[in-house]
Amino acid sequence: MPVYYYIFLAVALFSIGVIGVLIRRNAIIIFMCVELMLNAANLLLVAFSKMHHQVLMKTNPTAASDAQVFVFFIMVVAAAEVSVGLAIIVMMYRNTHSVDVNFLNRLKN
Amino acid sequence: MSAIEIMFWFLSVLALGAGVMVVASKSPVYSILFLILTFFAISGHYILLNAQFLAVVNVIVYAGAIMVLFLFVVMLMNLNAESEPHQKNKWLLYIGGISGGSLLLVIVAALKKTVATTQLVQMNNGEVGLIKNLGIKLFTDYVFPFEISSVLFLSAMIGAVVISKKEG
Repeated sequence: MPVYYYIFLAVALFSIGVIGVLIRRNAIIIFMCVELMLNAANLLLVAFSKMHHQVLMKTNPTAASDAQVFVFFIMVVAAAEVSVGLAIIVMMYRNTHSVDVNFLNRLKN
Repeated sequence: MSAIEIMFWFLSVLALGAGVMVVASKSPVYSILFLILTFFAISGHYILLNAQFLAVVNVIVYAGAIMVLFLFVVMLMNLNAESEPHQKNKWLLYIGGISGGSLLLVIVAALKKTVATTQLVQMNNGEVGLIKNLGIKLFTDYVFPFEISSVLFLSAMIGAVVISKKEG
């Protein structure tokens, strides 16, 4: 497959995530849209790691593994982020009995 | 069309459709289930690219652990379509949709001419994504970040416990 198919697929997934963050007010769904954006970036990294295989095959066949190690670390960071973020959402729900992010503008005044 | 192309288009349509449904569905539980479907489609893409390790890790970590955590929290809070906070201001909804759509349009328009259209991605072949190569990379070149990530996990665990403690 040409690499630009993957680029456009990842951009479309990322935009869906951006639209979700902008239009939804449920904190959990906003958080899930952030995960969707992270996955779009992961997909693009994996596609790019398979792009220069013809050149790398002659010099260093495993050099492109770096990109996939990066994807692995992105998943690690996402897992840590989700545990803390969900704890924050649970605490917010305990205080306000809602997951509406617009309740959080109380700090404004 | 070869079998790989058919699989690519099927998985792409599945990922995009489920992604749209994540944003569009009213009930948070359905949103989470559609997000799991999206993650499975992305894992299918990884298998097509022969990134076997990442496909398995994506299923285990994302679809297995993270999304179960989301489902658990949603069921703990007893959220459903009735308790869903609605966007009162319709204009904000339109503006969000239009700005996200323009982001897609701008990036696609910018990349349409510059991307080398002849560059092919190696499908269903290649040794880059096998566990052996990734393991060697991870435990030689990237052993320090790997150990640092354990500290990150420890701090995230302590942070989650401290935050969710009553009278923290």
